[in-house]
Amino acid sequence: MQKLLCGLTCVALALIGAGSASAQNSVKIGMINEYSGQFADTGAQIDHGVTLWMKQHGDTVAGKKIELIRKDTGGMFPDTAKRLAQEAIVRDHADILGAFSLTPNALAAADVSKQAKKFMVVMNAATSIITEKSPYIARTSSTTPQLNYTLGQWAAKNGIKTVYTMVSDYGPGIDAETWFQKGFKDNGGKVLGSVRFPIANPDFSSFVQAAKDKNPDAIYIWIPGGAQPAAVGKALAERGIDTKKVKILGQDALASETALKSMGESSLGIITVSDYDYNHQSPMNKEFVKTYNAEFHRNPDFFSIGGYDGAHLIYAALAKTGGKADGDSLIAAAKGMSWESPRGPIMIDPETRDIVQTVYIRRVEKVGNELLNVEIAAVPNVKDPAHGAKK
Amino acid sequence: MLPALGVLFDGAAYGMLLFLMSVGLSVTLGMMNFVNLAHCSFAMLGGYVTVTLMNALGWPFLATLPAAFVAGAAASIVLERIFFRRFYNSNELNQCLLTIGIVFMSIATAAYIYGTDQQPMQLPSYLQGSFTVAGIDLAVYRLFLIVVAALITAVLMLTLESTRFGAQVRAAVNNQRMARGLGIDVDRLFAVTFALGGGLAGLGGGLALPMLGLDPSFALTYLIYVLIVVSVGGLGSIAGSFVAAMLLGVADMAGKYYVPALGSVLIYLVMLVMIMWRPTGLFGRR
Amino acid sequence: MTSETLAAAASAAPAGPNEFLRAQARWRWSEIAFWLATLLPFVLTPDYLILASQVAITALFALSLDLILGFSGIVSLGHAAYFGVGAYTAGLISVWGWGEPLTGLLAAGLAAGIVGYITSFVIARFRHLALIMITLGFCLLLQEAANDANWLTGGFNGLQGIQTWKLLGIFDFDLYGYTAYAYALAGLFVIFLVARRIIHSPFGLALRGIRENSARMPAIGAPILSHIRTIYTIAAIIAGIAGAMLTQTTETASLESLGFQRSADVLVMLIVGGTGRLYGGLIGAAVYMVARDQFSGLNPQFWYFWIGLLLIAIVMFLPNGILGGLELLARRLKVWP
Repeated sequence: MQKLLCGLTCVALALIGAGSASAQNSVKIGMINEYSGQFADTGAQIDHGVTLWMKQHGDTVAGKKIELIRKDTGGMFPDTAKRLAQEAIVRDHADILGAFSLTPNALAAADVSKQAKKFMVVMNAATSIITEKSPYIARTSSTTPQLNYTLGQWAAKNGIKTVYTMVSDYGPGIDAETWFQKGFKDNGGKVLGSVRFPIANPDFSSFVQAAKDKNPDAIYIWIPGGAQPAAVGKALAERGIDTKKVKILGQDALASETALKSMGESSLGIITVSDYDYNHQSPMNKEFVKTYNAEFHRNPDFFSIGGYDGAHLIYAALAKTGGKADGDSLIAAAKGMSWESPRGPIMIDPETRDIVQTVYIRRVEKVGNELLNVEIAAVPNVKDPAHGAKK
Repeated sequence: MLPALGVLFDGAAYGMLLFLMSVGLSVTLGMMNFVNLAHCSFAMLGGYVTVTLMNALGWPFLATLPAAFVAGAAASIVLERIFFRRFYNSNELNQCLLTIGIVFMSIATAAYIYGTDQQPMQLPSYLQGSFTVAGIDLAVYRLFLIVVAALITAVLMLTLESTRFGAQVRAAVNNQRMARGLGIDVDRLFAVTFALGGGLAGLGGGLALPMLGLDPSFALTYLIYVLIVVSVGGLGSIAGSFVAAMLLGVADMAGKYYVPALGSVLIYLVMLVMIMWRPTGLFGRR
Repeated sequence: MTSETLAAAASAAPAGPNEFLRAQARWRWSEIAFWLATLLPFVLTPDYLILASQVAITALFALSLDLILGFSGIVSLGHAAYFGVGAYTAGLISVWGWGEPLTGLLAAGLAAGIVGYITSFVIARFRHLALIMITLGFCLLLQEAANDANWLTGGFNGLQGIQTWKLLGIFDFDLYGYTAYAYALAGLFVIFLVARRIIHSPFGLALRGIRENSARMPAIGAPILSHIRTIYTIAAIIAGIAGAMLTQTTETASLESLGFQRSADVLVMLIVGGTGRLYGGLIGAAVYMVARDQFSGLNPQFWYFWIGLLLIAIVMFLPNGILGGLELLARRLKVWP
């Protein structure tokens, strides 16, 4: 029995020995990400974004070699995420923590960032309070209020008077519902009714029917990515929703590339809000999409851009500190940093350390033979409204 | 009344899907007492076969369904010959461990080959959309599902009641030892039944694509629902699985339409009530 | 048999039930070696202490499952319900202002025990598949309820604001995990002693009788239902304490502590280690969690595959789990542990 424990420990030691490198001239980034399980695809896209940046810009910044240490949380397991963050710092001597696709995981790891005073870059998790949990966190993705308040505001200002909202019954969905309704009501709109459906809901027909019965100008739907967008599309088609008469409003995942492929023509006319789409018409983005495709044989999405810009931020901050990788120097350098990303101009707010960016309203249209998200409006310099900086 | 009929229709379609995915497990659990938690892996396999044939080889949707059935059946036979038959007399926990190991490997393999994203697929146009009958919107695909599943159920019931094979299956489920004593080759019977169950699961997986989507975690996500159908319906009973699946499908739809706050909880509540009332299932024996 | 061999057999056998129990309860050298080995991580692998603390906590959880599954034959797919109740209780007490760990443990154990006691009235009446599905259903319902009550539990984001005070007023829960592992290990050891005492008692024997043949037990005067309720409640208390320890050492409490995956994982670990042997859960937890950590580190995307392969290998070559296999080996080599 003790042989077993000893044997295992020896194997573990050997593996540590094999994996460690000299800590002086390298800066290690602990990627606390989902590489397996339900969220593995978003994790992969974030990882791709980071590795593409590193490939394009080399792996040395200010004389230090940048190394990625990949840690798999397997899904929504905050205790595992926290342990992996701790281990990345203690065992692997990581200087920076990155990735963080899921809010509970980010919140748990934030404690570690605060305690160990390490720079942490959130590349996807979208709940506002995350940046408040540690003074060393910066975010390069988007926040739910930022996107949904803007959508609500735009809808009310663009001829939609009544809306029925449907969201997934968990943190991000409830967040989205709150801020969309706020943006909508603040600008004169009326919410006719709302419903929250269970998280892993496979079938939306009954909910869509209930919405249709209320006869609103628009139906707002918030669901996470995965199987749900396609299922929603089917429900919309089955219930005979005409998107020209009843507008369908939603957030990015509703009109992601896979969702559009599955929904087919029934997705035409769906209006979504996002910070990034591969169809964004800028020369920088066209180049980005081309390189991304060459490397990974698929189009980038808003997860990828979070990773890409996250890596950009890390490199830029390190360059500014001249290679000093402690938390205080890096976050000081990161505050206020702004640059042109494939998504458009972005900035790290010096007060909240959260992202300030252009938010796009897009509609699904047929361009040639493809179904694409075509931008119909762009709202620049949107700060996260939950942190008090409302537009 | 009208929305209620619509809910009934939708629930029936969902229930049919659950039935197809569960009936195989019910019969094999009832006959050989073999806990096969990898049952939904066969469904997942059927789904992936359908997607591959449609997207990569351009097959029409309907033609891929028999292929999904064959894939599920073939995988069942292979696994049964190599692994499962060693564990018929083993205790249930070991069977659990074995089949969970297989589920994990199947999930990882699917992720490796297809990636972890949702598999996109487009239904042929004649199966899309809906038509209105007496004020109710009936989705074409759901109607198709109900028809197909009803046909399969009829065939299964006929087989069970009117053929020699069916009689042997019923005998083996009822009392295995006695059946062996009468000269019935129970092992071969089980292999055939197992293949049939796996094939139906594969078919269910293919049919489920437009409604439930497909990604590598499918094998685990729907396992819970399949277990619920099997336990509520009763082990070894096709009729039981059918009634349980319909009950759960309709309850789920009705709950979501009328009391959305209850959401997915209704299915668990119904299950708890049913099992406490009838611990061996609606039509179960032991 | 001749009279001599009969006499020899009679003198070799224990004199009575108390003797039997005492013989079973003797501390074997392998057990002592095991517990000494658990101190090794402090010295040999100080970088792995956080993982070690979580292994110890999961081992405690697996031990609680062994009491009902391995020793009493109650198969539960929803044992995480009690783990989660304990986790949230400890978390809530901390959020409401009292972060002292040891009293938090007691409160969590009490809360989980109450829930366990109430549910045991239902659980005790069912067997086989019905029992499995009822335990599963109850756990799923509890998780949904916790998600809905997000004003209390924090819902999806998890409970925020948990702050664990210093252990015994002196030891801070540090980044490296020294305190966490010492705390978890001490808790595991103390409760293990209690569990061991329960098992090697007439009550424990009765439980094993219920597992083997529950129809016969009433005939010899054992009250099955009340015994099952008792052990189920005890198991719930222990699971709750494990959950509380996780909350206190990680300062997080989230819905997955009540989830199906947690219930299923601990069941797998127990079977891997070997049921009904007290140490099975501990070894299974250690092997499974370390293997998962290592596979995940080597191959973050497809470690599922290797874990699946490991499970299949174990079930094919070690049908009674790792401990069962070791016992077989010991018997062959005629080495008595």
